[in-house]
Amino acid sequence: MEGADIRKLMTAISALGLMMVFLVISAIGLILMVQYQPEILAGWFANSKEEVVAQEDVPVDVEWTSEKLEEVGLVEGEGLQLVLANCTNCHSAKLVTQNRFTREGWIQVIRWMQETQGFWDLGPNEDPIVDYLSTHFAPEAKGRRKPLEVEWYSLE
Amino acid sequence: MKKERRAFIKKIGLASLASALGAEIVFGNNMPKGYVPVLLEEQESLKSLGKDPALKVLNDKPWNVETPIHLLDDKITPAEKMFIRNNGLLPEKIDVSNWTLTIKGESVEKEKSYTLLELKSKFKSYTYQLTLECGGNGRSEFYPPAEGNQWGQGAVSCATWTGIRLKDLLEDVGIKNDAVYVGYHGSDTHLSGDPSKESISRGIPISKARQDETLLAFQMNGKDIPLAHGHPLRLVAGGYPASVSGKWLKAISIRNKVHDGSKMESPSYRVPIEPVEPGERTSDDNMQIIESMPVKSLITFPKSGAEFSLGKNLAIKGHAWAGEKEVTKVAYSIDFGTTWQNCQLDAPVNRFAWQHFKANIKFPKKGYYEVWAMATDDQGRSQPMIVPGWNPKGYLNNACHRIAVKVI
Repeated sequence: MEGADIRKLMTAISALGLMMVFLVISAIGLILMVQYQPEILAGWFANSKEEVVAQEDVPVDVEWTSEKLEEVGLVEGEGLQLVLANCTNCHSAKLVTQNRFTREGWIQVIRWMQETQGFWDLGPNEDPIVDYLSTHFAPEAKGRRKPLEVEWYSLE
Repeated sequence: MKKERRAFIKKIGLASLASALGAEIVFGNNMPKGYVPVLLEEQESLKSLGKDPALKVLNDKPWNVETPIHLLDDKITPAEKMFIRNNGLLPEKIDVSNWTLTIKGESVEKEKSYTLLELKSKFKSYTYQLTLECGGNGRSEFYPPAEGNQWGQGAVSCATWTGIRLKDLLEDVGIKNDAVYVGYHGSDTHLSGDPSKESISRGIPISKARQDETLLAFQMNGKDIPLAHGHPLRLVAGGYPASVSGKWLKAISIRNKVHDGSKMESPSYRVPIEPVEPGERTSDDNMQIIESMPVKSLITFPKSGAEFSLGKNLAIKGHAWAGEKEVTKVAYSIDFGTTWQNCQLDAPVNRFAWQHFKANIKFPKKGYYEVWAMATDDQGRSQPMIVPGWNPKGYLNNACHRIAVKVI
């Protein structure tokens, strides 16, 4: 009887051990994939959104899928919907995302558009819009000359 | 319009999409059905504008498209590789047979209109190769950042323009002695859609208007001017910021004062008279209109990132220009400016055309190098190796161009 119990215990322990090994290998695999092939994961997520983006008659604002946001360089965050509603009617979102300013700088740009380009008064929406822009599109110091970004190729 | 384009793209297969893009779509099979990446929409529009899909779209509303430097290698820039800097939306209907140009303003004897056919038949045509560079070319390197399209160094072109001399037309119209400026009016739409607003209406001093090379052009590289570049009629004034060369030209105003159209006001296309500290705002009184562009050069061959074996010489090529001045020297350095060697430099085909340079470089040992080019104009002014004086709108960055190479 005792011997059988021990055998059962041993079987259980080795099964558990095998599972642990399997889990560790899976975890390592996942980490390696995130590290080296993140596109595969992105592909999975893109797939899972199929139903949403495949719809035909969606209102204009729903056209801002996460893929589209990423492609124009916008990021999710508080104030994004206000930015989409106010800053992408007249010009491309890319004109926003190319630029980098402090809070004060973004306010100056808004004033310039209001004074010379017929842009409307943002009222209470100005603060959250400027917060969003100055948080996600803040200047980064780059000195008088940055190092070159290089894609190497073989010159024949 | 947008929907139609999407629908069209949906009908063609992934393989055709890939060929439209000029690259394989990685994990294309995972792409949801009916989903059209924004990038592809842009590529389709770029193609409809006749552009090489390798051009970089900075902005598609309005169109602002930059040419990668290695694609500027042609001596005469072809249409498909010419950068686009638009301020408004492209005109939708262009009726060439009924197109007229009106000459008006305080300083004309009498307002007068010409049909396109009259302009072409009544006046002699001339052809010049003219450098057009955006005033904001190189803006992305300024710090603190300056507002606007963040151009690299590819907002420059040098195509062949054919048209009539503006000065011949002015003579025919009759201009008063008090004329100081010529302003243009195009038929593009303001971004806000407001028909009472002009997206851009800049101009040139009357002395610039009277230069032989200042044209009312109807051809580019021997063909009708492409839509994105001002079809059917465009003002072309080489050597000045390209924004003075008004597109889709409907009227010109002969002014008895500096033209006050859209984007003539400070700080647009102006730089501080007295230099300012980086990031410092200055008064409108301290800003002057940019006229001649500064001396500059680009290494157009090879593309940055070339790897080659030791013992092989590197043949570099490029273009240099200096606004209204001539380039007298181009030198290169492979040791970050410690020593400079002269390049072989061609004379311009005509005034205000860029000049070609080349050199054959031998590298002393294996390793990483940067090839820097520095042009000098006939006034003895050279390009700075670092980004020049900061200005509020980020104009006139003529810092030396450089490419990375690796000798292996």
